[in-house]
Amino acid sequence: MEPIRKHSGVVAPLHRENIDTDQIIPKQHLKRIERTGFGQFLFFDWRYHPDGRDREDFVLNHEHFRKATILVAGKNFGCGSSREHAAWALGEFGFRVILAPSFADIFRNNAGNNGLLVIELAEPVIQRIAEHADKHRPYQLHVDLENQTISDDFGLSERFEIDAFRRHRLLHGLDEIGMTLEREADIASFEERRQSRVP
Amino acid sequence: MQTPQSLFEKVWDLHVVRAPEGEPTLLYIDLHLVHEVTSPQAFEGLRLAKRKIRRPDLTFATIDHNVPTTSDERFQIKDQIAAQQIATLRKNCEAAGVPLFDIGSGRQGIVHVIGPELGLTQPGMTIVCGDSHTSTHGAFGALAFGIGTSEVEHVLATQCVSQTKPCSMRISVSAKLPGGTTSKDLILDVIRRLGTDGGTGHVIEYAGEAVRSLTMEERMTMCNMSIECGARAGMVAPDDTTFAYMQGRPYAPKESAWDEAITMWRKLVTDEGAAFDCEVVIDGAKLEPIVTWGTNPGMSAPVTASIPAPEQARDASERAAMISALEYMGLKAGTRIEDITLDRVFIGSCTNGRLEDLRAAAKVIQGHKVHPDVTVLVVPGSEAVKQAAEREGLDRIFKEAGAQWREPGCSMCLGMNPDILAPKQRCASTSNRNFEGRQGREGRTHLVSPASAAAAAVAGRFVDVRGWEYRN
Repeated sequence: MEPIRKHSGVVAPLHRENIDTDQIIPKQHLKRIERTGFGQFLFFDWRYHPDGRDREDFVLNHEHFRKATILVAGKNFGCGSSREHAAWALGEFGFRVILAPSFADIFRNNAGNNGLLVIELAEPVIQRIAEHADKHRPYQLHVDLENQTISDDFGLSERFEIDAFRRHRLLHGLDEIGMTLEREADIASFEERRQSRVP
Repeated sequence: MQTPQSLFEKVWDLHVVRAPEGEPTLLYIDLHLVHEVTSPQAFEGLRLAKRKIRRPDLTFATIDHNVPTTSDERFQIKDQIAAQQIATLRKNCEAAGVPLFDIGSGRQGIVHVIGPELGLTQPGMTIVCGDSHTSTHGAFGALAFGIGTSEVEHVLATQCVSQTKPCSMRISVSAKLPGGTTSKDLILDVIRRLGTDGGTGHVIEYAGEAVRSLTMEERMTMCNMSIECGARAGMVAPDDTTFAYMQGRPYAPKESAWDEAITMWRKLVTDEGAAFDCEVVIDGAKLEPIVTWGTNPGMSAPVTASIPAPEQARDASERAAMISALEYMGLKAGTRIEDITLDRVFIGSCTNGRLEDLRAAAKVIQGHKVHPDVTVLVVPGSEAVKQAAEREGLDRIFKEAGAQWREPGCSMCLGMNPDILAPKQRCASTSNRNFEGRQGREGRTHLVSPASAAAAAVAGRFVDVRGWEYRN
C-alpha cells in the first residue's frame, strides 16, 4: 500500500449525497478477477452516454477536473454494496483523498485498505470546499495527514479527526494482514479456548 | 453483580482475540462465506504473498451473483468474463480445500439463503462474507457483517477481522403486524424513519412482540436490509422459533451436541437493564404495505399514499435528492402510488427469495393471470428452495398465471447475469436496492414485499394487498 503523508491536488466536486457504490462502479464491471483495470469504469453511467461518448455535463469530464486527486461529496458517501471495486476504481482514476460529511462503514474500511484517505468534515466546510472547487478552476487543497489539517490558498485551514490506528497505517502504508499475522500466538491460543467452547 | 449486557456485546466479547488500547479489536470469525465476485483478488493476493488459508474448514463457497437463471444457460454461461470468474472460484476452492456448493449440486444458491438453509449459520457466531447483505445471518443471533475484498483476504489468512467496536441500537416493535403487512414492509418503514445513514456505525438489535412473532425467514428479511440504513449488522435474539428452524439441518449440531448448543444459545439474550447507545420504539400495529418511489431504500411511502413533494424535504440537500430521484424514476410528486403502472415484476433475492416468500406470492397470484403488459420473473433463492417449492406445486401456480419460473441465483436484484431491465422499464421488486441503474441502466425499481409484488403483477400497477381477492 502506498503511504500518504502530505498531498496537494485538484479538487473535483460531486454535489450529491448518498452516493452508493453502484454509482461509483456499476455491476457489469465487477467481473474481472484482477485488482486493476477499474478506473475506466468509475462513475460509469454518469460519465458516459450509453453509446460510450463522454457526458459533457459530468464533472470529471471537464478539462479542469480530469487530473483531480481529491474528491468532495455529500454525506454517506460509499453506501450500499461492499464491492471494494469502488475503492479500486477511485484510486486507479487518481484519487488519493475523499472529503465528505460522512462515509458508509464498509467503504471507509475498503478505502483505508487501499491507501485512500477519507476525511470527514462538517457540512459547512464541505460546502465551502465544493463551492471553491466550482469557482476557482483548478482549485487546490493541501492535505497533511501527519498534522491532520487541510488548507487552501484562500485562507482555509481546518483540522480533521481520524482514527489513530488508521492514520498510522496510511502514513506508513502498512499491510494489515502482515500486522495480524504477527499475532499468531494470540490467534492460536484463542482457537484452543474456542475448541472447548463450540459444541 | 455483572453489568447487564446486550446480545451484541455478548457475541462480540466471545470473539475478542486481542483488544489493545487505541487499536481496533482483533475479532475471531467462526464462519466465512465466499462467492465468485468479491473473492478472486483475495485468493490472488494470498498467492502473491505466499500466504496460506488458515481455516478452510470454516470457509464455504457458492456461486450466485453471475449465474444465469435459465436452465440451458446456467451450465453454459455465454458471458465469457463471468464464466472466467466462476471458473476461478472453482480453481481457488479446489486448491485451498474450501467446500464449494456448485451449480447443480443441490445446495447451490444465494450465499445468504444457503448459509441458514444448511445449518451453517448458528446463534452466537461471528459470520463475514464479501457482501453487504451478510447482515441477513443476524436473524439467528449471530454477529454477521459484510466486508471488502482486502478483508476477505485478511480473514482467509488469519481467520480474524480487525474492527472498531460498533455502537449499539435497539429497535423495539410492539404489537403484531397487521394482516397483509410483512417484515419487508416493517424494515422499509424502519429505513424510511432512520434514513439511509441512520444506522451507520451501529449494530441493531430488533426486539419486541412483533419481532418475536416473526418466522425465521421473516427475521432474515429484516436483518438482511439493516445495511440499507447503514447499520453494520442486524440481530434478533435466538429463541424456540430459531431452534425449531435449525434442528436437523445438515451442518447443525446433532444429538448431545445439539442439547449443549441449545443450553448455550439460550444465554444469548439481552440482559434486563442492558444499555444501548440508541433506542427506537415503533408501533407495529400501525404498519401499512410500503412501496419505494425513489432511488434509495429510504424513499418510500405507504401503498395508499401519494408521492411526497420535494417541498416537504427536511433540508436543501434532501430536496435536491428528491427532485433528482423523481426525475430518474419518471414520476411526479402527488401521484398516487396505486396509479403507478409496471412493466416488470421480480420475485426473488437474498431478501425475499425463500420458500415462505414464494408461498406468499403464490397465494396472491393463484387463480389470477399476470397483467398482459407485465413480465414476471420468479427466481428461487437456492436449489433447495426451488425443489421444495416444486414439491408444493408453487411453480405450477406461477406458470399457470403467466409468470416465468427460473433457476436460483441473485438474478435481477443486481443484474450481473442476463436478467436486467431495459432503459426506463419500471419494476416492482422484492429485492433490497432501488439505486439508479441497479437493475439495469436507466431501469426504475420499486421495492415491495412478495405479496405486494404478486398483486402488482396481476393488476399491472401497485395495489393495496390488504383488500386482495384470494382465489385459493
